[in-house]
Amino acid sequence: MNELEATLRPKETEQPPYPPKRVVLASGESMIVRQATRQEVPKLLEVLEPLIWVERDYYDIVGARMFSELLGWKRFRVKDEYCLVGVMNGMLVGLVNGRSLSRNIGISLHTMAFHRGLRVGAHLFAAKMEYHIEYLNQREIYVVAESPIGFRRWMIEYALEERRHVAHELGGVMSYALTRDLYFASKDRLVVGERPVSEEMLASTLDFEIPDPDLLVTQVSGRAK
Amino acid sequence: MRDVAIIAAGQTKFARTEWPLIDLLVEGARTALADVEIDESIIQAVVVANMGAGILNHQSGVASAVVDGLGLFPAHAELVENGPASGASAVKMAFLGIAAGYYDVVLVIGGEKMRAVNGWESTDFVATLTHPFAEYIYGVTLPSMAGLFARLYMEKYGITPEHLAMVAIKNHNNAMFNPEAHVQQRITMEGILHRPEAVVNNPIVADPLRMFDCCPVSDGAAGLVLCAAERAGQFTDKPVLIAGVGQATDTHVVHEREDPTDLKAVTLASEQAFKMARVGPDQVDVAELHDAFTILEIAESEHAGFFPKGEGHKALERGETQIGGKLPINPSGGLKARGHPVGATGIAQLVEITKQLRGDAGQRQVKKAKTGFTLNFGGFGNNVLAFVLKKT
Repeated sequence: MNELEATLRPKETEQPPYPPKRVVLASGESMIVRQATRQEVPKLLEVLEPLIWVERDYYDIVGARMFSELLGWKRFRVKDEYCLVGVMNGMLVGLVNGRSLSRNIGISLHTMAFHRGLRVGAHLFAAKMEYHIEYLNQREIYVVAESPIGFRRWMIEYALEERRHVAHELGGVMSYALTRDLYFASKDRLVVGERPVSEEMLASTLDFEIPDPDLLVTQVSGRAK
Repeated sequence: MRDVAIIAAGQTKFARTEWPLIDLLVEGARTALADVEIDESIIQAVVVANMGAGILNHQSGVASAVVDGLGLFPAHAELVENGPASGASAVKMAFLGIAAGYYDVVLVIGGEKMRAVNGWESTDFVATLTHPFAEYIYGVTLPSMAGLFARLYMEKYGITPEHLAMVAIKNHNNAMFNPEAHVQQRITMEGILHRPEAVVNNPIVADPLRMFDCCPVSDGAAGLVLCAAERAGQFTDKPVLIAGVGQATDTHVVHEREDPTDLKAVTLASEQAFKMARVGPDQVDVAELHDAFTILEIAESEHAGFFPKGEGHKALERGETQIGGKLPINPSGGLKARGHPVGATGIAQLVEITKQLRGDAGQRQVKKAKTGFTLNFGGFGNNVLAFVLKKT
């Protein structure tokens, strides 16, 4: 790495990995939640790209921001970011990302589910919170939402606290926070899954397929095919 | 009174759509009209069922707008609003017009654009059918009303959460074979009830009802063309006869009923329809019941006379209400999985039974179906319509 690149590239903090878990969904199928690698980012961008043109429910903003966040992570321009993927039957069904602002503070970035009706997004968001609180051992996580659906889901379901003095890095709006107390108060009803995940199951997630873009856009936008 | 037949039936896919309400209704009508070769100029009237255009879509004059969208001038046009029973009420009005000899051919179209607002607002919209001072101001919603009803009914008859889940699983399975269904997702007892993950997969909505005990909020439209039976042969070789129509009302305030678990209007409307059709519940081959909540399918199956009180869940356990069972209920997926755009529902139920009796229901076809039944449940059982249809 040359000197200039070293200047441009944020210094990464060594962080414990997110241990994969298996979540049995309403369909009886298993979703494996695991940490994504930088090498997988191009595939994740491919899924996000068609969504950045869907205005409904702010998929455009969430899609575009997530696209740039993951690209920034891949090209070493975001500090201490991570991404978790949900894979079911070898198919990518959702992803979440976040980063560490400091040793004690986590930043929730985005959550996107590609399979509707099985609460994939709820499980993945919970996994993200689990990572920050239980594995990164942080004090609290700053959360905001671009869409009313996201606001109703996360701020209300987790009864998040307001942080009036904190402008979230996503757009500068006031942050909400999930504290350790709130997390453990909600954990029994919101955070589920089994560990360890067998080698075989984990292997089945390594070369995941991505959803058909037309089908995906139809599903999230409500547009007739 | 003349006999009346259904000569065409169709529906849009129930889903979350971007279509404006009028376009959605017009599309629903077009799906029905595409089901029969007919010179549209002979359609004398259009009866439109819709519950929430004013509240959800800031729209009035819906029936006139639909006729305009279809170019069916100078057909008569009327809107029927009767809560979640609007669809069946609209069909009844069309039926009466033809039976009386005033009309020969009437198009009935029902639809709703509920996803124009968020989930809280759509729940509040449906709650406006409750009593404003005895129920609504206390925060009663339809899910909460159904939760209270479910608790009482379950305690009285020994129904368990597993029985409710069995209704949901059956109807989700049926909807897998219905391309127009809103929810096409298989679910399992393990995933929605028995695994630790079920607390997230299937959270409590209104105790004891969980998410998969409740119908989705849907956009969609469904349509029928009704015709004097004596002329039906001009248009189709598979007309379906409307053999019986029944309707009954009950108290607006649910707690004013002597026994809140007794759905009297369901019993009375069903009895009336069976009497008119000159058949008994035991002669019905397939039924579409109003399972806005899983408990309602069980309770309605008893109150309509298909099973003795307290026995509906046992019939469910024995698989009698599955396709292939003694009395398949909700082969379309029901409100639970086909979806529940309120103004469309009563008509969509009749669309399904029409297809079943014509033998056009594809992979969800009930074999040898000759007599079918629908039940459209308005309010919380305060305005109920039942139909008996017969294959001709």
